[in-house]
Amino acid sequence: MSENSGRIARRFAELAEAGRKAVIPYLVAGDPMRDISVPLMHRLVAAGADIIELGVPFSDPMAEGPTIQRGHERALDKGVRLRDALAMVAEFRKDDQDTPVLLMGYANPVVGMGFAKFADQARDAGLDALLTVDMPPEEVEALNVELKRGGLDNIFLVAPTTPPERVEKITEVATGFVYYVSLKGVTGAGHLDVDSVAEHVATIRRFTDLPVAVGFGIKDAESAALVAREADGVVVGSALVQLMADRAADGASEAEILEAAASLLADIRGGVDSIEPLQAAG
Amino acid sequence: MNQITTDLLATTPDEAGRFGDYGGRYVSETLIAALDELDSLYNRLSQDPDFQREFDEDLAHYVGRPSPLYEAKRWSEKLGGARIFFKREDLNHTGAHKVNNTVGQALLAKHMGKKRVIAETGAGQHGVASATIAARLGMECHVFMGEEDVYRQSLNVYRMKLLGAEVVPVTSGTRTLKDAMNEAMRDWVTNVDNTFYIIGTVAGPAPYPRLVRDFQSVIGREARAQSLAMTGQLPDALVACVGGGSNAIGLFYPFLSDDSVAMYGVEAGGDGLDTGRHAAPLSAGTPGVLHGNKTYLMQDEDGQILHTHSVSAGLDYPGVGPEHSWLKDMGRVQYVAADDEETLAAFHEVTRTEGIMPALETAHALAYTARLAPTMDRDQIIVVNLSGRGDKDINTVARLDGIEL
Repeated sequence: MSENSGRIARRFAELAEAGRKAVIPYLVAGDPMRDISVPLMHRLVAAGADIIELGVPFSDPMAEGPTIQRGHERALDKGVRLRDALAMVAEFRKDDQDTPVLLMGYANPVVGMGFAKFADQARDAGLDALLTVDMPPEEVEALNVELKRGGLDNIFLVAPTTPPERVEKITEVATGFVYYVSLKGVTGAGHLDVDSVAEHVATIRRFTDLPVAVGFGIKDAESAALVAREADGVVVGSALVQLMADRAADGASEAEILEAAASLLADIRGGVDSIEPLQAAG
Repeated sequence: MNQITTDLLATTPDEAGRFGDYGGRYVSETLIAALDELDSLYNRLSQDPDFQREFDEDLAHYVGRPSPLYEAKRWSEKLGGARIFFKREDLNHTGAHKVNNTVGQALLAKHMGKKRVIAETGAGQHGVASATIAARLGMECHVFMGEEDVYRQSLNVYRMKLLGAEVVPVTSGTRTLKDAMNEAMRDWVTNVDNTFYIIGTVAGPAPYPRLVRDFQSVIGREARAQSLAMTGQLPDALVACVGGGSNAIGLFYPFLSDDSVAMYGVEAGGDGLDTGRHAAPLSAGTPGVLHGNKTYLMQDEDGQILHTHSVSAGLDYPGVGPEHSWLKDMGRVQYVAADDEETLAAFHEVTRTEGIMPALETAHALAYTARLAPTMDRDQIIVVNLSGRGDKDINTVARLDGIEL
């Protein structure tokens, strides 16, 4: 059995010690340009990202709002597939041994590759975790065996509709961190309810010591700060994907797009760091 | 062939919604609680005689059941083989089998107190059936339909609007049925508190494949009794078209443990299976995960879902209900394909020979029947599910025949 890389646990431990919260940008592999993703990951880390969430393009991204759907379509048009996303992780890992990277996507590309082959290639690439949107705990047994063998964490979602007894069930299989979906809806929706986030994060903490990151609906420094008060990390996805798509559509160069993305990430970092350091909650 | 015993049927799907290795519940966490609620409600109501009576009365007085079993004597004579009977689902209110299921699911929505229903549709038959039942129950109805299909099925789009439904054109992906289903899922995840999702076929996350099958099984129960009454015997063969597969399961299910009854599910062969331009996952696909269930899919080696092609919008779907995947692997049902050309020929032939204009979806089953019947004896019996009527398709047929209406 392989050792878990431990990068995710280590990163959250370092942050907790420093009284800081994780900033987790989401990007679609190969969007808006096929070759931008690896330089982008490095730039985001330099601008303050703690963990990178790399989206695997899929033809039917059911949980995504229009912004990220279009990101998937653009990447697919450029021929970017799961194996390309893994190659990007391997490329990134050559120059960054510390920043955790997780893949976020849908079941079928992983099913298509085969769980064992995926786990082997992911381990070799230096990937740290997988988040499969449409594989709840009930369906994950065979995959988890392979992820464990490959030393990979399996990240699960908890939703506003998840009852407490189910949170318990999810935290029994989850490793790395728990990803709380801050709203009922698709990625990029606009109706963030911070009180509800606080309540649900507290419920999750009743069942697990794993860190809790919150995503869906965080679009700027202000919303990131509000969520960072309650959670151990914030995920920003659609805002970043949209910004880069807009700049690319305006004819911006790769360097200009990287600059714009880094600038947004630095803003979010500032928002998250603006909150008072809290007592460790977990 | 593995025998399908009544004991096996009683435990399929299992509690996790699995038909063998297929089915299950591959959805985002946000929807799990709603599926659990639906599952426990359905477990209770499906055993409740009052609910069954309510459903049966709606089928009798609103849908117009039982639908007739009709012997297509002229066509049988022309083909020169088995006696062919049509199970006349085209005579249902709204013109297809789809309404059996929408009546059932709308009753579930009513019991859950949901005031808003959503549906996906390809050919528009399920959209019309959903809009119809929503109008009757005073519910708000939104129907998601691929932009391509909105154009192909403009008559049904107008029918839905007349019924008070909002038709939402879907412009993502391939702009057909699968994308409409993605969009319906996105709506549901957003409005899960007040919305009931009426899935139109035996696919999707558990418990949908089971409850849609149960609602559609009235087709096979009637056909079984009618066949015995009219001919004194069970049919030798059943034939139905398969897109998602709800009309086929509806006909097949009550016969599954009757080993003497052969079954043929006919997929959309499009331009031909060897061209790749078709919608026949059971004939030419591989297992994977899409729209909440594990099942045969049309996909590439990277697990991306492929574009499909069929002359009929209702079969233009890259997946299929998980129970069909199980029945294929068990060898209980033979899955075959009919291409666009022979389907159109069957459409014309049956229209002129029997005075019954079938939907293009249904015409796939008829095309295969035209191949099957001559290989059988004159005392043998085929029951074909005449799953829908063809009025909605006349623009498509005219265009393919080079006629301007």
